[in-house]
Amino acid sequence: MGSLGEAEVTPETEPFWEGAAQGELRMQRCLSCRRFYFFPRRTCRYCHSGDVEWRRLSGQAKLLSYVINRRPVVPRGESEPQIIAIVEVDEGPRMLTNLVGVEPDPDALVLDGPLTVEFQERGGRPMPVFRPAVGAA
Amino acid sequence: MRPGDIAIVGAAETDEVGVLPELSMLELHAEASLRAIADAGLTPADIDGVATARPYPVAIAERLGIKARWLDGTAVGGGSFMLHTRHAAAAIAAGHASAVLISHGESGRSRSGASPMANEAASPRGQFEMPYGAVPPYATFTVPAMRFLHERGMGRRDLAEVVVAQRRWAEPNPRAFRRKPITVDEVLDGPEIAYPFTRDMCCVVTDGGGALVVTSAERARDLPRPERAVHLLGAGEAPGTSMVSQMEDLGSFSGYREASAEAFRTAGITPADVDHFMGYDAFAHLPLYMLEDIGFVGRGESGAFIAEGHTTVGGSLPMNTNGGGLSYTHTGMYGMFAIQEAVRQLRGEAVVQVPGAEISFVQGVGGFFWSAGSLVLSNQRP
Repeated sequence: MGSLGEAEVTPETEPFWEGAAQGELRMQRCLSCRRFYFFPRRTCRYCHSGDVEWRRLSGQAKLLSYVINRRPVVPRGESEPQIIAIVEVDEGPRMLTNLVGVEPDPDALVLDGPLTVEFQERGGRPMPVFRPAVGAA
Repeated sequence: MRPGDIAIVGAAETDEVGVLPELSMLELHAEASLRAIADAGLTPADIDGVATARPYPVAIAERLGIKARWLDGTAVGGGSFMLHTRHAAAAIAAGHASAVLISHGESGRSRSGASPMANEAASPRGQFEMPYGAVPPYATFTVPAMRFLHERGMGRRDLAEVVVAQRRWAEPNPRAFRRKPITVDEVLDGPEIAYPFTRDMCCVVTDGGGALVVTSAERARDLPRPERAVHLLGAGEAPGTSMVSQMEDLGSFSGYREASAEAFRTAGITPADVDHFMGYDAFAHLPLYMLEDIGFVGRGESGAFIAEGHTTVGGSLPMNTNGGGLSYTHTGMYGMFAIQEAVRQLRGEAVVQVPGAEISFVQGVGGFFWSAGSLVLSNQRP
């Protein structure tokens, strides 16, 4: 058991973490209903088929919602504001993440605006974070 | 079981709520429970069922010397007590218990005798949300709010109006933690916790407890003060999601919709029949979601409904009349206090009494949109 905010990988999520370590955002897609889903699990979120595969995603997403957390508790001792966001990746699923490369200022955070994935250390491992896409307003 | 067959006959909070470092979590439970049992005109020997969300119900039965033949440890967050009430009603109707104690105590502020946080590191939330800092409630429960506001053309002022409306209920209430009159601009100018949320848009953090005694309407008639019985007309419960990012719709909570629909259906009433509403408000966006998801107002109408004064003192739908989690108290599991205020209103014993309230609707939420539970309560048996 590590410190607060440190993930403990489980067998069904390992491909996600292996991808992240290589700078790839991976999610599962169901070969039966053809839908992508998140979080990782052995059977499809929607149709419960066990016929699922891991795919590398485009890394493109859009911003759905966020808070600018002025009082971070993870990681311990963090004093800079964190942008905690929910994004929708182009393949469909939503995930929670942090926004980087943008000021923690509501004027700079455009809902529905395009984002691109990159990887930064969170809880001792590389994890996907997102920054506003180049050329976006 | 028909609407009104089951009644809340005992209800009490700890002698004080607020800052109580001298009372451990277990003693907060015990104090509230003994007061609620006495309020019913009963003794612990009369209780044969125990429900609580934490610690285990066995610990409460043991502490109070209750010989239970029915236990419920449903723990789905701070709204667990709505589910306990529903489960207790079913148990009493089935003959599994005759008088159920539902107990809550939490040293949320002083952390006296509090359990350590569960290790969630291997859960989906522990792996895919907590490493990003989505750990404290103010940085997790709040994340969908901007989407709700954005989709409706609403904004931060709508969050602030919730605070202002509820503070008016708290101002005359000596038990309320925050009582100072406040304006929309003062709420918006307060210390920012997690934009768009400022301090007063986030619940207080307190110590306290509360408990209920539930029995059959028949038994209620034989108690010393039968006129104080509060009847359960209907109830519902629904799961949500353990990860806020996986809500089906960031701007609406399926749990509120499903649990409230079941409660209305089983009670045989509609939102228009409700005189008084308690909605678990850990943060200022939740009353906005609830008003729309339960069907008190249409989509996008919640902000104006509150700003126009319909939920505050003198309004058509008095809401969170103790001041709510935002102003009254929030131990970490506010659901018990929402039920307590509904019972007080229906008994005519509230600090700020809603005249003639006969039907109260209580909406609970657990965790960060993890679960929902709804109750329809009345001082009349149909």
